[in-house]
Amino acid sequence: MKRKVYRITQISVIFIILNIGLFTGCNNKGSDNIETNKVYTELTGNITSEKGEEYAVEAPPFSDGIFPCTECHADMESNPVRRELVDMHDDISQIFNHDSENRWCLDCHDLNNRDSLRLASGKLLDFKESYKLCGQCHGEKYRDWKVGVHGKRTGEWNGKKEYLLCVHCHNPHSPKFRELTPDPPPIKQEEIK
Amino acid sequence: MNIIAEMKKEKSRRSFIKNISLATFSALALSGCDMEAFDEFLQQNFRTLSDEEKNEIVKNLEIKYKEKYGKEFHVSDKPAIEGTLFGYALDLSKCVGCRKCVYACVNENNQSREPQIQWIEVLQMEKEKGIDFADSNAQYNPEKVPEKGHFYVPVQCQQCRNPQCVTVCPVKATWQEPDGIVVVDYNWCIGCRYCMAACPYDARHFNWGEPTVPVAELNSEMHYLGNRPRKKGVVEKCTFCIQRAREGKYPSCVEICPVGARKFGNLLDPESEIRYILENKRVLVLKQELNFQPKFYYFFGN
Repeated sequence: MKRKVYRITQISVIFIILNIGLFTGCNNKGSDNIETNKVYTELTGNITSEKGEEYAVEAPPFSDGIFPCTECHADMESNPVRRELVDMHDDISQIFNHDSENRWCLDCHDLNNRDSLRLASGKLLDFKESYKLCGQCHGEKYRDWKVGVHGKRTGEWNGKKEYLLCVHCHNPHSPKFRELTPDPPPIKQEEIK
Repeated sequence: MNIIAEMKKEKSRRSFIKNISLATFSALALSGCDMEAFDEFLQQNFRTLSDEEKNEIVKNLEIKYKEKYGKEFHVSDKPAIEGTLFGYALDLSKCVGCRKCVYACVNENNQSREPQIQWIEVLQMEKEKGIDFADSNAQYNPEKVPEKGHFYVPVQCQQCRNPQCVTVCPVKATWQEPDGIVVVDYNWCIGCRYCMAACPYDARHFNWGEPTVPVAELNSEMHYLGNRPRKKGVVEKCTFCIQRAREGKYPSCVEICPVGARKFGNLLDPESEIRYILENKRVLVLKQELNFQPKFYYFFGN
């Protein structure tokens, strides 16, 4: 009986010793109060999926001062002949790499309605719906994009999602991804002190 | 004779116990700390706690963190959402190896900057050799990525259905939640690192030193089983950003990926992106032969 009591006391002593270590290690220090900044993107468009769900999209990324096209083109005579552009849009001519052998401006831009895009069928499209234009050739990508598998989606996995249009990531005149600068590699094991 | 010797021994033991008890109690009184740390020490395994107890613990943590870091924190103990089993898919044909995910994860999940802990490791592999861990390189650092002839395999916790890290834990400090996320109770972990030995994906990380995160960079949205500050001597790992996922948001690695290679969703929802991938794409899991059954799938979107 006595032995048993000793045993219990012994255990509690070990326990208390452990606690001292815990207490001496605790001290509270105050620190600076800095709030984190959050960036909000303004969403201007909507896409409706086949299931009828609406997804928010950012507005198409135009270069500064380029849209509406009619601002310049309204007074100009239309010329449907394929040619090298020199005075204007030569920056696009330089980078153009999107089946450039077979295509040029008027395969996607409409000759008479400069502020519209144009499907192969002749149907006019708003710039906000450019993904339909991409989809007429890239059917598989279009299908995957609509279900959120191709391209980036942000927001909620089970609710409101935000889409990006094809042209947010791919320059329509030169769609191949540009190379990126990688963030720094992890510290090597041998460099850990 | 024997009895007398025994009695003497007992007497000396008794006085020893008496003295040591006095010493410890006086030390306790002098240390000047409140009973909070004592409570924390006696806290049970998270899984055995009642909802009220959990609630009290996270509220106390919020107060403690505010005192320690001087800003407001929200610590959640939100349980799994019914009818969810989280799955992840990564498009190997798109990943360019930019490591944006690595640092988004570090920031979101309050990983130690010094000593450095990173839950995601991006492995560069040669196209000629295919997936080959022995010849992979995590240290690649060219001017621009992707490098010709190479592809990239980011590796993080594969959230196995059959997680051996959980099986080997001698104190049950790590377990699989009903939504499939394998979590760690940092208060219960004894730092034996058995789980790290059991994980074939190098997905678990040990706090060899006291973790440091600049206060300004601390993410104040926390989950008890996720990104709350850890201490020296415990193991940590990817939780699919449990503090985000259980609020309906995508993990931060999904949100940051500039090429949209990362996909996340509910495996039990036939309409989810993740299910579309499993049903329509060529999918693989790493080290399939081990039968750990990861819920982290790699696929080829192109």
